[in-house]
Amino acid sequence: MSALRIKKGSSKKSAYDLRDPNTDVISSHTLAVIVDNEVGVLARVIGLFSGRGYNIDSLTVAEIDHTGHRSRITIVTSGPPAVIEQIKAQLGRIVPVHEVHDLTVEGDAVERELALIKVAGAGEKRVEALRLADIFRANAVDSTLESFVFEITGTPEKIDAFADLMRPLGLVEIARTGVAALSRGAK
Amino acid sequence: MTRQMTGAKMVVQALKDQGVDVVFGYPGGAALPIYDEIFLQNDIRHVLVRHEQGAVHAAEGYARSTGKPGVVLVTSGPGATNTVTGLMDALLDSIPLVVMSAQVPTFMIGTDGFQEADTVGITRPCTKHNWLVRETDKLAEVMHQAFHVATKGRPGPVLIDIPKDVQFATGAYTPPAKAKTGHYQPQVKGDTAAITKLVELMEKAERPIFYTGGGVINSGPQASQLLREIIGATGFPITSTLMGLGAFPASGKEWLGMLGMHGLYEANMAMHGCDLMINIGARFDDRITGRVDAFSPGSKKAHIDIDPSSINKVIHVDLPIVGDVGHVLEDLLRIWKARGRKVNKDGLRAWWGKIDNWRKVDCLTYPKPVDVIKPQLALERLEALTKDNDRYITTEVGQHQMWAAQFLHFEAPNRLMTSGGLGTMGYGLPASIGVQMAHPEALVINVAGEASFQMNLQEMATAVQFRLPIKQFILNNERLGMVRQWQDLLHGGRYSQSWSESLPDFVKLAEAFGAKGRLVTDPADLDDAIGEMIDHDGPFILDVLVEKHENCYPMIPSGEPHNKMLMGDDATEDAIGSSGATLV
Repeated sequence: MSALRIKKGSSKKSAYDLRDPNTDVISSHTLAVIVDNEVGVLARVIGLFSGRGYNIDSLTVAEIDHTGHRSRITIVTSGPPAVIEQIKAQLGRIVPVHEVHDLTVEGDAVERELALIKVAGAGEKRVEALRLADIFRANAVDSTLESFVFEITGTPEKIDAFADLMRPLGLVEIARTGVAALSRGAK
Repeated sequence: MTRQMTGAKMVVQALKDQGVDVVFGYPGGAALPIYDEIFLQNDIRHVLVRHEQGAVHAAEGYARSTGKPGVVLVTSGPGATNTVTGLMDALLDSIPLVVMSAQVPTFMIGTDGFQEADTVGITRPCTKHNWLVRETDKLAEVMHQAFHVATKGRPGPVLIDIPKDVQFATGAYTPPAKAKTGHYQPQVKGDTAAITKLVELMEKAERPIFYTGGGVINSGPQASQLLREIIGATGFPITSTLMGLGAFPASGKEWLGMLGMHGLYEANMAMHGCDLMINIGARFDDRITGRVDAFSPGSKKAHIDIDPSSINKVIHVDLPIVGDVGHVLEDLLRIWKARGRKVNKDGLRAWWGKIDNWRKVDCLTYPKPVDVIKPQLALERLEALTKDNDRYITTEVGQHQMWAAQFLHFEAPNRLMTSGGLGTMGYGLPASIGVQMAHPEALVINVAGEASFQMNLQEMATAVQFRLPIKQFILNNERLGMVRQWQDLLHGGRYSQSWSESLPDFVKLAEAFGAKGRLVTDPADLDDAIGEMIDHDGPFILDVLVEKHENCYPMIPSGEPHNKMLMGDDATEDAIGSSGATLV
């Protein structure tokens, strides 16, 4: 049914076409929200999620157009299909929101996250950490005689896996950016 | 050439350019420059309220009764925080408001200055949008944007926070035509394919019903006119939410009365039994649906709404149509006519037969004792004695509000101002002030309870000062009637804190304010008292002492579907199950 138009830029293939919104299967969705980069816009988006009881699994935000003052907010959220539809519609109501894209519904998307992981240790553990970092294509961006800081980029699952491996090898601290995502293909 | 002026002057200039004729407000330190500009001009009248909440409700009354945005001006800190209830009220009922709050100067923001509050932070979730203006050059443009956002799409309240130094500084004035209204341009035209689909459903439906809401009224008088035309042509039954009363005339033969928790039996039964529900500008509020999983189980549901987020929020619909009610109804009527004006005549005849049987239940019947005034009687007499007047009704919140919706008949849109979504006690009196400001010659009556009335009774002084002949029709049962009713149903009749102790003498209270009042206790005196209230040239409080233990029926108890209505006191034992008891 094409009657429900959310906000311009949103997919014509809305979730209404794809599945029954009344099913209760909880799934994860990656949303890209293009907003005016004005004071308080992030608070509006976050306030919407907290005020209406929606989940935020990950959130990243940065200005992507410095002359037009547009920011891209990437939100990974989860919920049953009806809730996901409601989240998109509610986001669309926010006045400085220009576009809401559900990358999960619109088609294949590339999702990447960057993490910095500090590992301290000596001897065999230190060697093992370095070897695993190589397998995961993580770069050492800081090193002392007792520690490394690795930079790793990938899907959240890859970063989880790497962090899990580093834990017994002396993981001290981890900083993650949250997911940035872009749809595949020319458009 | 751009005109240079101070920020304070810009505010007044922008209001004039937006066609504003009245502002409701209250001055204070940070708002003084704007108040100085208001002093220096005569085009815009300023109504000095006695509490900022009153200003917002008055602006709501003004907006709801005119279709124009209501405008409010308050100072920083407490001035701004006192607007919060009104803002939320307007947000839930989709009332266009432009609220301007003053703020401490920009260089003091964040220092916990005197009368500083994070106003945009506090009001973010209770406005459609808000702005903190840090540069005088941008002030005029933001003012014009604010009017655009408040009135376009689904209307709502907006707030502009203006620091004192921005008011004093000089900048370039942007006229409305040059102001960028941005990308905020909501879709008004409905999808033609979907509208055609709706026409197909209407042609075949055996048991159709129109379920209309405040969106019809917000769309403008044209939408109400189109609705009347469609109902007249199809002969489909129609019911409406509290917010939608008047869009279709109560005297129309297709009118079933209000639906929902305290709706009419025939309206709720028809909603439960219909096979095609056409929701126009309503939002499946929980006061309407009752138990969601048993709501109108056998129907196809179409939903016309300008706000995409209203669709499938509570009830899954089969046919969503996003667009402005007026535009969609115009297309709907055109397509239906072009396809040959078809309806399922046999189906409809049988459907009306059923509905007429439900009507025979006569669900609003009540006993008429001679020694005590029943609240229903008071409203029935009020209706009889005022229906031929140019009449506007406001209400407070509670039993009296529901009885007003049941017993007063609205023939035109914009005639009932009531707090539907938020349920704000204290709304009605200030709202009646706003209505009377917009319609100085009309008869404006606030149907109140004695408890709600006391929540903003300070505004009687405003009415007296501005010679607004508002009528306060208090159904005084010395109880918080609706709270008492729920305690009856849910808490074994333990009336915790739900009676009105130490009530003022409302007649003396009226006199203390310089108004007039009268107490009526005998049903035989009722007509005379109402007559005196109508004829009095000035604000009037009529204290109608009514039956103290009357409950409001029909009632869909919480957690029950539409066909499980309580019709009177004898059926209320164990009416609400344990799961229903947790609902509001």
